[in-house]
Amino acid sequence: MRYESPATTKEACALLAKEKGSAFVLAGGTDLLVKMKAGMLEPDLVVDIKRIKGMREIRKSASGFVIGAATPNAALSENAALLKAWPGVVEAAQLIGSKQVQGRCTMAGNLCNASPAADSVPALVAAGAKVVVAGTKGKRKLAVEDVPAGVGRTVLKRGEIIEAIELPAKKAKSGDAYLRFIPRTEMDIAVVSCAVNLSIDGKGVITAARVALGAVAPTVLLVKEAAKALIGSKLDDAAKAKLAAAASAACRPIDDKRGTVEFRTDVAGVLARRAAEIAYARAGGK
Amino acid sequence: MSAVLVKTTINGDTVEYACQPDEPLLDVLRNRLGLTGAKEGCGTGDCGACSVIVDGRLVCSCLVLGAEMDGKTLETIEGMADGDKLHPLQQQFIDHAALQCGICTPGFLIAAKALLAKNPDPSEEEIRFGLAGNLCRCTGYDKIVRAVQAAAKEMRGA
Repeated sequence: MRYESPATTKEACALLAKEKGSAFVLAGGTDLLVKMKAGMLEPDLVVDIKRIKGMREIRKSASGFVIGAATPNAALSENAALLKAWPGVVEAAQLIGSKQVQGRCTMAGNLCNASPAADSVPALVAAGAKVVVAGTKGKRKLAVEDVPAGVGRTVLKRGEIIEAIELPAKKAKSGDAYLRFIPRTEMDIAVVSCAVNLSIDGKGVITAARVALGAVAPTVLLVKEAAKALIGSKLDDAAKAKLAAAASAACRPIDDKRGTVEFRTDVAGVLARRAAEIAYARAGGK
Repeated sequence: MSAVLVKTTINGDTVEYACQPDEPLLDVLRNRLGLTGAKEGCGTGDCGACSVIVDGRLVCSCLVLGAEMDGKTLETIEGMADGDKLHPLQQQFIDHAALQCGICTPGFLIAAKALLAKNPDPSEEEIRFGLAGNLCRCTGYDKIVRAVQAAAKEMRGA
């Protein structure tokens, strides 16, 4: 195996594109090194992107936040503006692993690892986040929900890396939230998860919403029917019932040791309702 | 595989080493530098026995490559005591009998040090969450939590 730590994204893409054997990006390494240890991967090349300028920075602008792809999740809650604007995204990212894992793991890595149960991904999808993908032929932007192609697979081509995650600026009277079900209190993988991001008007009526579910399909789901159930309501009981039904209807989960199809389908509705209640309160609704 | 040359700072000392590109930092510390305080429990970032602090962030040294450490600042358990004088956390672990077999202890001490650096007055819940990435199969955790509470109090000068 070769280890490279280039100084620019361009160099990183060129190294990855040129490698004839197996090549992997190293950001936090909390998935990559575990897979190497288990013998699941035997890389010929590992490209450490942490020495590339801006990769470990959170930048705030008028259009929102740009989070460098190698920013460790522990840095997210230390950014007061980010925490205030997107508490659901920060909470989701910080549910991953232990403090030790938080010191290394990244949201971009969470996305590229492409686990259906990735905690930060539903929250990013609900927030309407985009990723900046750099390749040897230039850059392109993708919506977060368009990155996973299946379990453990993404749409990124050889020589492409995620350079940054872009979160939009927080709208007035909006709020986001993320909840997951695990049988423990921490250090576990989501059995079902749900993120809700919504905006309200002066009367408390929901004007826009995005609802995303995790761990109930091969990839994270953006559930438009669930969002529709919220829009135009004041999150009354009827709207919550419609939301829960739409969330459950969208589930295509598997049975495994962590949860059955029936359990996951039912709990998706429960989490959607509860996450919507938190997001609504954060938006200033009563 | 060609070796990677690394120059880093460990517990205040400049250290140079050559390691294999896929060699975990934990193996570099233990096998090349003789710093055997960090232990390998699981090797997959679940148990925290190999905890070290890199540029102020708590990490599992089994989930870091030695090759990544060039120009970094590393704190390990070997740098925790000041000569013969134990760090308050170390002394309180002894006073509270917060260990039995001791394999997890260096990781707990480093993780507790990182926790108190960010939060000098943590609640019991914050301590338990903060140390959730460190597994102990002997103590049942309670004495560890009491030792950290006592050390936090001592370090705040309260």
